[in-house]
Amino acid sequence: MNNLSNRKFVVGLIFLAVGVIFALRLFSVQVLNDEYKLDSDQNVLREIIQYPARGLVYDRNGELLVYNEAAYDLMVIPKQVKKIDTLAFCELLEIDTAEYREKFTKARDYSSYKPSSFVKEISSISYANIQEQLFKYPGFFVQTRTLRKYPRNSAAHILGYIGEVNQSTIDDKPYYRSGDYIGKSGLEYSYEGLLRGQRGVKRILVDVHNREKGSYKDAATDTMAVTGTTIKTTLDILLQEYGELLMQNKKGSIVAIEPKTGEILALVSAPNYDPNMLVGRAVKKNYPVLSQDSLKPLFNRALMAQYPPGSIFKTVQALIGLQDGVITENSGFSCIKSYVNCHNHPSASSVAASVKMSCNPYYYSVFKRILMQGRSKSIFKDSELGLGVWAKQVTRFGFGQRLATDLPSIKRGNVPGVDFYNKWYGKGRWAFSTIYSLSIGQGEVEVIPLQMANLATIIANKGYYYVPHLIKEIDKVDTIPFVFREKNDVGINKEYFNPILAGMYGVVNEPGGTARRAKIHDSIIVCGKTGTAQNPHGEDHSVFIAFAPKDNPEIAIAVYVENSGFGGTWAAPIASLMIEKYLTDSISTRNLAKEKRILEANLMNVVQKK
Amino acid sequence: MRRYGNIFANVDWATILIYLALVFIGWINIYAAVYSEEHHSIFDVSQRYGKQLMWIGLAFILALVILMLEGHFFTSFAYPIYGIIMFSLIAVLLLGVKVNGATSWFQFGSIKIQPSEFAKFATVLALSKYLSGLSIRMQDFKTKVVAISIIVLPALLILLQNDTGSTLVYAAFVLVLYREGLSGNILLFGILAIIVFVLTLLFGPINIILTAAYAYLIIYTLLKFNVKTTLVSLLLFSGLVFIFFNYEFSESLVYYGLGMLLFFLLAFLITKKEMKGKRLHYIGVGVFVAACLYIYSIDFTFNKVLKEHQRTRITVLLGEEDKLIEQIEGLKILRDKEGISAEDKQQIRDDIGVKRFSLRELRQGNGWNIKQSLIAIGSGEGWGKGFLKGTQTKFNFVPEQSTDFIFCTIGEEWGFMGAFILVALYVAIFLRLIFLAERQRSIFSRIYGYSVAAILFFHFLINIGMTIGLAPVIGIPLPFISYGGSSLWSFTILLFIFIKLDSERLNVLR
Repeated sequence: MNNLSNRKFVVGLIFLAVGVIFALRLFSVQVLNDEYKLDSDQNVLREIIQYPARGLVYDRNGELLVYNEAAYDLMVIPKQVKKIDTLAFCELLEIDTAEYREKFTKARDYSSYKPSSFVKEISSISYANIQEQLFKYPGFFVQTRTLRKYPRNSAAHILGYIGEVNQSTIDDKPYYRSGDYIGKSGLEYSYEGLLRGQRGVKRILVDVHNREKGSYKDAATDTMAVTGTTIKTTLDILLQEYGELLMQNKKGSIVAIEPKTGEILALVSAPNYDPNMLVGRAVKKNYPVLSQDSLKPLFNRALMAQYPPGSIFKTVQALIGLQDGVITENSGFSCIKSYVNCHNHPSASSVAASVKMSCNPYYYSVFKRILMQGRSKSIFKDSELGLGVWAKQVTRFGFGQRLATDLPSIKRGNVPGVDFYNKWYGKGRWAFSTIYSLSIGQGEVEVIPLQMANLATIIANKGYYYVPHLIKEIDKVDTIPFVFREKNDVGINKEYFNPILAGMYGVVNEPGGTARRAKIHDSIIVCGKTGTAQNPHGEDHSVFIAFAPKDNPEIAIAVYVENSGFGGTWAAPIASLMIEKYLTDSISTRNLAKEKRILEANLMNVVQKK
Repeated sequence: MRRYGNIFANVDWATILIYLALVFIGWINIYAAVYSEEHHSIFDVSQRYGKQLMWIGLAFILALVILMLEGHFFTSFAYPIYGIIMFSLIAVLLLGVKVNGATSWFQFGSIKIQPSEFAKFATVLALSKYLSGLSIRMQDFKTKVVAISIIVLPALLILLQNDTGSTLVYAAFVLVLYREGLSGNILLFGILAIIVFVLTLLFGPINIILTAAYAYLIIYTLLKFNVKTTLVSLLLFSGLVFIFFNYEFSESLVYYGLGMLLFFLLAFLITKKEMKGKRLHYIGVGVFVAACLYIYSIDFTFNKVLKEHQRTRITVLLGEEDKLIEQIEGLKILRDKEGISAEDKQQIRDDIGVKRFSLRELRQGNGWNIKQSLIAIGSGEGWGKGFLKGTQTKFNFVPEQSTDFIFCTIGEEWGFMGAFILVALYVAIFLRLIFLAERQRSIFSRIYGYSVAAILFFHFLINIGMTIGLAPVIGIPLPFISYGGSSLWSFTILLFIFIKLDSERLNVLR
């Protein structure tokens, strides 16, 4: 029996060993491992996101451009879903059963106990319908959100649209969480920080059935949603709408600026689209249609289309020539068509006349003088040195640089400088004779419509501009960003603008001017300059820049109509109608015929010239 | 002989103090587990903690009554008590009410009594009585049969009630029998069987059999021949295995059968000369065959006999969740590969569907319970969240939190400190019980003492093991702690009879 009594040690050892194993396991689970602590917090803490309403957007006259409308997300907690009539439910939601199953599996894979969104952005009308029947479907509930609404159906390119944040944004910017909305383009993008507001979070404790068990730490950590800031834009929505109307069935753009301030009054890109197309659930359907349209309605031509400026560029050449002292306002050059082709007109005996008649050989000569000022004996070196100085002067007009306006994805255009041609032709292998097309705004120089309107602004202001912008007032903030309040001088003496102004007056108001169609009536004096940009791909583009009234200008404008031929034919009358509309709020009877002609014109499918 | 002395004379106060401590810990943690703002009085009898207080009071009265009785009473009435309880176990099958799928309760008005709880001490009494009889030797075949019958009878009756957990408790008696002379090999064999069981589920039968085959081959050839023969036969065998596994056989019996046949052919050829007339070789091969059959039977029982929920109790412990996730991800990659035919793709999709289903079952069934239980205990960290501050238990993430999963509440609110103290208290009472049992002059008392220790230990092992993910989910209470009158009384009776017996150890020689 004695040897059996030793077995007490074996039994005791088993007891002790199990105790030690348990203690070790407890130590590893409780003390060494932190994951369980996190899991436990995640179990009971439910964050209820309170989405703020985005800020409203008004035009310069207080017209509402963007507001919010309630929309509803249908949420689901898969664990709570009982046997339901799936077919009826799908009919209610207007989805098919396959979609239902797919969504449900997705939600369940995410979590059986936590809510995930099932159908997003249900409109108020559908919501009323669903709400009535929702009691039949346990596990589903509705979360309120807001959708953007655009009551004027206009200015889509400017206002932009919002959409759900993507993963890369979430990774980059800590504020955003999955399911948040963010401005994707236009003002929604540029002023996202102001418009979005601040998300509110309500933390509650829940039990295993996701039933509320009270607030977390007596709501001490809860935050209220803060509504987004209201902003007022510089846009005149009536002018904008009129511009869009005039540009119907045409490709091109209109940019109108208030010269004194740089405020953009209208920024039309045609063809355009209804901003309400890119709201909520419709995005999924409409976006591919818009982005695949061959007319590129999503493409904002006013900021992104880079064209040769054509003859409007002559004003810049004249100003630089005068500033450099290589010409005077009374310099005359013969119209020698062997230099560069021209239309039939008497030779210009002054700068003003050259602008009025838009003489090509005149500017061939001017540009030659600007470039070849005898800085070197070699014509190649001389041209190179001259172009270097010239490019800097042109850049001060806002060309060849990204204007710091408050819309995203703006193009810089191109002012070809020394490096450009060195790369193109090789260093020392080009001279004035190679690049003379620049003299009349052809060749490698490219500008965007906004820069053209800015040129009109500069001439109207006689030598300065403010960066064109769309923000006028920010709610509860006294000022707008400094960049829009800073005066930019172009480095041309004020008096040199007088002959240009005289020429531009002549273009519209004197016999022999190239844009007599832009005349409104005797009491509003418009100054303008036509342009016809040669287009190697087809019919020339029609350009016109203008400002009015002549003394103390209130509006500067650029109109660019693609494939419509000579600048005076289409662009000029459109500009004059815009100016008249803005200055007088109406179109006078004598100009109604002009308006009718524009409205009826369809320049979409002009036969291509080759 | 102090017949009319103080009833507390000679009682072991250490055991009683640990008992009181455990009962108190149980009560306040039941309060914490079901605590809510509306019912905050700990004495509210409409709530579980109030009821438990009543049960505790009754348990104390029971303990006093036992201490007032003569120890002789239990030895004399051991068989009648066993008989009555066995009868009630049969009766409950016919008259009892069903709770959670088990027909284990008698209902008297609002009170429910679970006879299987009382079957424990009845069995202990009967077993002690039988084994302490004169001329009983553990080595005798008859003794083993009768002793095991005494144990198996209530176990079977309880199994019929569909209460698997309480049935398994009777396995604890192996320890008692071991102390009383049962071969230690049986204990080792049992442990080995469990290890092989787990390994087979983890790595699959083929790997385990292969390993066993290699081991057998090495040991055998080394013992019988020399290193050279060992290496040659290993090479030969490996070659066979390699060829065999490179053919795509379906996982059928033919496949297994062929493998076995090849192996035995090899074993036979190697040992051919030696085998003539030598029993040892036949035994060796026989043992190997038995082991293989056992391993296959595990595979078969597990996948064909056990139900899904029973299976997950075990697989969840073996990391089934991670395994399934890994498999699903693997299948997804396969699905998205280029150049897969439409049918194959559909097949893969179906497979993913099946795996997803299993994963969901796992996560929402026992997997969920164990995970939440671990989260509760783990989130208690070193010092706990504080009394009544446990979120896991208070918000019902943990199932059965006042009964089987009461340890979660302790782990969550009292942290490692609390959990460790509780484990230490249990180990202390177990060791104390062995110590007390060993000092008995009477064999009856010694066997009884060991039985008490073994039964309490088994509950402790399974219950806490289950909450910390070391044992499968088997619903048995934590002694003295879990909510419930029947279990508290049964454990109290079980323990106090022993305390009474121990207090009289100097007086009697049974």
